[in-house]
Amino acid sequence: MIPELGHLALIIALCLAAAQSFFGLGGAQRGNLIWMNAVRPAAVGQSFFVMLAFGALAYAFLTNDFSVAYVAANSNIALPWVYKFTAVWGAHEGSLLLWVFVLAIWTVAVAHFSRHLPQDFSSRVLGVLGIISIGFLLFMLTTSDPFGRLLPPAAQGADLNPILQDPGMAIHPPMLYMGYVGMSVAFAFAVAALLSGRMDVMWARWSRPWTLVAWLFLTCGITFGSWWSYYVLGWGGFWFWDPVENASFMPWLVATALVHSLAVTEKRGAFKSWTALLAIAAFSLSLLGTFLVRSGILISVHAFASDPRRGIFILAMLGVFVGVALFLYAWRAPTFSQRGGGFKIFSRETFLLLNNVFLVVAAAAVLLGTLYPLVLGALKIGQISVGPPYFDHIFVPLMLPFFVLIGIGPYVRWKHGSVTEVLSKLRIPAALALWAGVVMIVLLRAEVSFIATAGVLLAAWTIFSALQEPLQRLWQRLHHRHVSLPRSVFGMSIAHLGAGLMILGVTVNTMLGITIDRVMKPGSSVAVHGYQFTFQGVHAVSGPNYRAVQGAFAVTRAGKKVALIYPEKRQFRHDVTTTNAAIAAGPFRDLYVALGNPLGQDSWSVRIEYKPLVRFIWLGGLTMMLGGFIATLDKRYRQVRVPATVDVSAPPKDADTDLAKAPER
Amino acid sequence: MRRRLFFILPMLVLLALMGFFWRGLYLNPTIVSSPLIGKPVPDFSLSRLHNPKATFDQNQLKGQISLVNVWATWCVACRDEQQTLLAFSQQKVVPIYGFDYKDDRQSALQWLAERGNPYAAVAFDPIGNVAINWGVYGAPETFLIDAHGIIRFKYIGPITPKVIRTDFLPRIQALRREGT
Repeated sequence: MIPELGHLALIIALCLAAAQSFFGLGGAQRGNLIWMNAVRPAAVGQSFFVMLAFGALAYAFLTNDFSVAYVAANSNIALPWVYKFTAVWGAHEGSLLLWVFVLAIWTVAVAHFSRHLPQDFSSRVLGVLGIISIGFLLFMLTTSDPFGRLLPPAAQGADLNPILQDPGMAIHPPMLYMGYVGMSVAFAFAVAALLSGRMDVMWARWSRPWTLVAWLFLTCGITFGSWWSYYVLGWGGFWFWDPVENASFMPWLVATALVHSLAVTEKRGAFKSWTALLAIAAFSLSLLGTFLVRSGILISVHAFASDPRRGIFILAMLGVFVGVALFLYAWRAPTFSQRGGGFKIFSRETFLLLNNVFLVVAAAAVLLGTLYPLVLGALKIGQISVGPPYFDHIFVPLMLPFFVLIGIGPYVRWKHGSVTEVLSKLRIPAALALWAGVVMIVLLRAEVSFIATAGVLLAAWTIFSALQEPLQRLWQRLHHRHVSLPRSVFGMSIAHLGAGLMILGVTVNTMLGITIDRVMKPGSSVAVHGYQFTFQGVHAVSGPNYRAVQGAFAVTRAGKKVALIYPEKRQFRHDVTTTNAAIAAGPFRDLYVALGNPLGQDSWSVRIEYKPLVRFIWLGGLTMMLGGFIATLDKRYRQVRVPATVDVSAPPKDADTDLAKAPER
Repeated sequence: MRRRLFFILPMLVLLALMGFFWRGLYLNPTIVSSPLIGKPVPDFSLSRLHNPKATFDQNQLKGQISLVNVWATWCVACRDEQQTLLAFSQQKVVPIYGFDYKDDRQSALQWLAERGNPYAAVAFDPIGNVAINWGVYGAPETFLIDAHGIIRFKYIGPITPKVIRTDFLPRIQALRREGT
């Protein structure tokens, strides 16, 4: 009964989504107030029914309703209840429902927080969101119904893919989807601006907080995914350039570019059509990510759906959404005023433009590497796969200049910067960064490469230059001078600090990490970087739905006990095994032990890794996220009402977000 | 006008990408050309599953046409192809050698005892380091080896009677005609 209600709720949601987009887009076009007044109720109603459907599926999982095919395929009586709930998005149909569910959350948020916008504009935004919702609801109802019945019902269900039975499953997909789907809001704002011809400073200001929030969720999702694959997949790395990881990384790169380009549009009225294009691109790449993962077009560890009908539907949806948006863009964007005020070569605008160039080129390189095998296949040249060496070769040279610029950009004035002023402001961070580089070369001498030195030096440069501004203003405040630090500036500093921490972690871990594969017997021990790992043998343990062999390793350093860790090899139903590595974590290093295979006579193959600063990678990601969060709290996003018409070309007067305008010391 | 062209560009890029995706949807992911085809089997030496003291190496695969089937007890699809392989081994067309990949000896032996053993001999690669040289990236995979020990064909995915009929038998007959 409940599953049928869920199915019915999806159909009602589809009808309401149709009403939402019809009244939204049609009402705004015709200036019909009654229609426009109907948009919010339709949007909220649509969202309500989507959430109801989600609840119905969750209910079916929690009550072990194995007469629902999707539940029978992805759950099991023995599964702990948390994983029964997360199994809702454990496979294709449910993750689509999660997509729509997240879109419903965003829609309600937009409906609520867009009341101060001109009504025709907010109607268009909600109308575009409605169309996206229609696309996904139709997709579910025609090709991937999560509520399909199974007759006769299964006795106990197949089980959730063991790799997904992990607390990470409760956080990583929802966060990632919040980010992906959040891009649809930025997209809706851009399309509404193109439709209304209102591509101006106010548009940039309205869409900026939304984009920031979506960006911070995406950052969180990717960071979390990286951490999850590190400890659960037993691969010991933090990033694999897997097509599905790339699918989330491309929208992130473009969204990062968008966040920066929106700043220029808001402050200076420049880069308008470029910003709109980035907003469309960020959403397209999110859709592309869905397409790549859900169509099975790329074979990877993640892709578990492979049904050409679904692929065709997503492809058509991608074509319609993005095609129409780009058509609008080609039609409307050239007519918009490009007057944004000129700027000199050495100005904030130039630095942000370079930021965009590097990020977009990086995204294009990742796109090329991800799609190259596919394109070759389509041209019948043969099928190949592109591995991490390609990405490393492309990415490292792109990021080196990028991280030089990230330290300078925030200190350059808008429009016309002064080289001497910037040099004098940045001498302390530059000196500290050089010092860090020299210390590293002296400490490690022969072992360091050019890239490694450059990486550490740039990380230090990024960290110190990001810290300089907030610390300096704090210092001034302590001395009772009145200085303000707007939250958007503070947030930016924190986000850049996060980027620096991440680069530091990546460089040091890649450069100084040690991996040893050994055959070990109980009692034998291995020394890695001063740590003594002693294998104490294995014993059997059992979990709620698996049996496992658990190894015990004592780690000591200079005779002192550091940790006792227990890597496992878990055996699930259907002979699926997972390798659960054991990690002795520390702020400055992780010690990682994974149990390989039994080799007879009590000996096991064992992988031991020493990973310096690996935590900094995720700490950096979280710090970036925190920076984004602080920036969204900025005062100017909280104004209640704006004038209905705004002078298009005038930059806002309260532009106090410049570091360059900070009082001189 | 040139300015306008610039704004149309993104749409053209999208159209080109869509074309590639459309083609991509209809490609068969199981046909991945292996760089090893036409090359001799890489040198290796593994212990045999049933007798850990005996070795299995590339010389075993010379002298007659044979199949090498990569399998493991953790591989669900391997279970599906088991019956087909058993039936095919009973026809005695060519010997089938097993290549037990990243597996546990005890469960592998039990699996063969319970489900029947289609293999003339089984090489045991518990860590998978020989499989890397063979270009194996999953199970099941099946290689067709000619009498000189040269890899002639590789099939990815479970073997079905149809695959035997359409992919393997014609190639085996062609190799016989070549006189190898």
